[in-house]
Amino acid sequence: MDSRSYRDPALMSALTTCLQDWEKPVSIMEVCGSHTMAIGRWGIRKLLPSSIRLLSGPGCPVCVTPMSMIDQLAGLKDVTIATFGDLIRVPGERISLEKARAQGLDVQIIYSPLEALKIARKRKTILAGIGFETTIPGIAQTVLEAERQGISDFYVYPAFKLIPPALKALLKINNSIDGFILPGHVSVIIGARAYRFLPRDFGRGGVITGFEPVDIMLAISRLLKQLKNGDCKIENEYSRVVNERGNNKAQDIIYKVFQPERALWRGLGWLENSGLGFKPAYERFDARLVFSLPPLEDYIKSGCRCPDVLRGVIIPSECPLFGSNCNPAHPLGSCMVSSEGSCAAYFKYERNSNEC
Amino acid sequence: MSAEIITLGHGSGTGLTRKLILEIFQPLFAMPSLEDAAQVGERTIITTDSYVVKPLFFPGSDIGELAVNGTVNDLAMKGARPAFLMISMIIEEGLPMATLKKIAGSIASAARKADVKVVAGDTKVVEKGRGDGIYITSSGIGYLPCDLELSTRLIRKGDMILINGTIGDHAIAVINARNDFGLTPAPQSDCAPLHEIVSNLLPDKDIHFLRDATRGGIAAIMNEVYAETGLGIILEEERIPVRREIEAVCEMLGLDPLYLANEGKMTVFCQNNDEHILRKMRKHPLGRAAAIIGEVTDSVKGVYLRTLMGGLRPCPMIESDPLPRIC
Repeated sequence: MDSRSYRDPALMSALTTCLQDWEKPVSIMEVCGSHTMAIGRWGIRKLLPSSIRLLSGPGCPVCVTPMSMIDQLAGLKDVTIATFGDLIRVPGERISLEKARAQGLDVQIIYSPLEALKIARKRKTILAGIGFETTIPGIAQTVLEAERQGISDFYVYPAFKLIPPALKALLKINNSIDGFILPGHVSVIIGARAYRFLPRDFGRGGVITGFEPVDIMLAISRLLKQLKNGDCKIENEYSRVVNERGNNKAQDIIYKVFQPERALWRGLGWLENSGLGFKPAYERFDARLVFSLPPLEDYIKSGCRCPDVLRGVIIPSECPLFGSNCNPAHPLGSCMVSSEGSCAAYFKYERNSNEC
Repeated sequence: MSAEIITLGHGSGTGLTRKLILEIFQPLFAMPSLEDAAQVGERTIITTDSYVVKPLFFPGSDIGELAVNGTVNDLAMKGARPAFLMISMIIEEGLPMATLKKIAGSIASAARKADVKVVAGDTKVVEKGRGDGIYITSSGIGYLPCDLELSTRLIRKGDMILINGTIGDHAIAVINARNDFGLTPAPQSDCAPLHEIVSNLLPDKDIHFLRDATRGGIAAIMNEVYAETGLGIILEEERIPVRREIEAVCEMLGLDPLYLANEGKMTVFCQNNDEHILRKMRKHPLGRAAAIIGEVTDSVKGVYLRTLMGGLRPCPMIESDPLPRIC
């Protein structure tokens, strides 16, 4: 199929028609923040009958990062913070990196982790290590590159997260999800087999899919077919880039530098083996050790229902603060500012009117 | 909660900038409008703009050309023929003399092309580390060829919205140059003076309002029009010209072309009778890819995009610069 066909209005309209007579209420979770954004961007929610409820999951890396990490980074002195743009406006308890930058902290927005290495040649630099399996190989490769080039002033704050442990934890908390739209980019790295536990241990099916409107509609219709036939399994709609085993080379690089560790997820709490920290051989790159930073803490501002949004218990507009006390200019939680955040997606795409 | 301070977002030309102007400048200066150019006396238009782009040189243009064309375009959007410029430079100690000469050369050549004279200026030098090489402020004076009003007040329900070509080129050219993405061929800035294409269109009583789509992109213009007129706007995704390569970079970085800066694009709000304005635009080299991209309507409140799928999605004013995403 030509890549443009994934946006073909005629195909979309045919798929939409097929879904219209679905009656039984179902809840489908799109795990990945980029899917949430794509669903908003293409207006897919409005194309579905009211029986099909789409819920956003914990797959926005910024949203599941405890806000105390921002305060820790913002409180450092004589060091450059290199970060992807998403993180810059996320509120900590005290301050955002954007405001810290306005007060003199050197904060550099990077597009590739290798840019952080360039900066580290000139001055002490901490890369905010946020992201899932998609982002981690690039950062691991950057650490290897720092070692190879003998750059001593480069550090990473590892706050990485892994998707499969989060799905397991989520299903233990929230039993009401009937099926999953599984991440596209993450699956390129970890492969379709990483989700086998979903049907096996939890009796839930999932479809790995891409980010075009036709991809998403196909994933929904395949999930509904599974539910109708009582045959839950993992299907791969995104076979043009995702295979069964994933990208072995990327996995090797990740686990050369990092090893699984207990990680704190905003809204989900501490989960065993759900994050990645440095292996002993690379500990000298660990900003937490070098700068003696304490373990992260999770706190949620009063009234903020980000945890329920991240667990798929409510949709963003059901939070009493949504759009009023919490908006992109004055976010109370990171879900409202991250470019993958579900509250940001709802605020941008799904409000009835945009008077502001 | 820390006390309010200025952040980079306040200079983004989007919601936060508007808030600064509305809450601080407009009341204190008792300004009649929020526009970046003003009519003073009979047929005289003045404007001013500062240029802080980084890097100073990027594919398709540089800070010197930008400083001329940006100010020329602000005058042209009022219907004025640009006549004179004043250029002030704040130069950082250590800037190579050759760089300054190159920038001055580009100012001179852009001024010639735009048929304006640089008649006055100022030069200051600040200590090393207190500037990004060079900042330029250019102020301009232009004259209306006849009695002419272009204002959001004239916009009516049913007006068509036109653009003279592709969007997003300038922003992506600068982002690519700034971050060394190494895209080949490198995207080129669309930096260009729009006074000539405007003077081909004017006077025309059907044209109600012109605005160049700089920071904040076409989305910012549409939201300003909505804020000032209360009339809704529907843009048609299918009709908005975006180069394939620019679209691809935007998808990779999580950016929306509607919100990206341009330096040679303008939107035209005009009465919808026939397509004579579109035809005139297409005759000019800077309007070859001109298109009708939307309509002013009272069927919606706010600014919406009709997506390729046929759904309407809101395009609200964003508060600050769009940010690239992690994955």
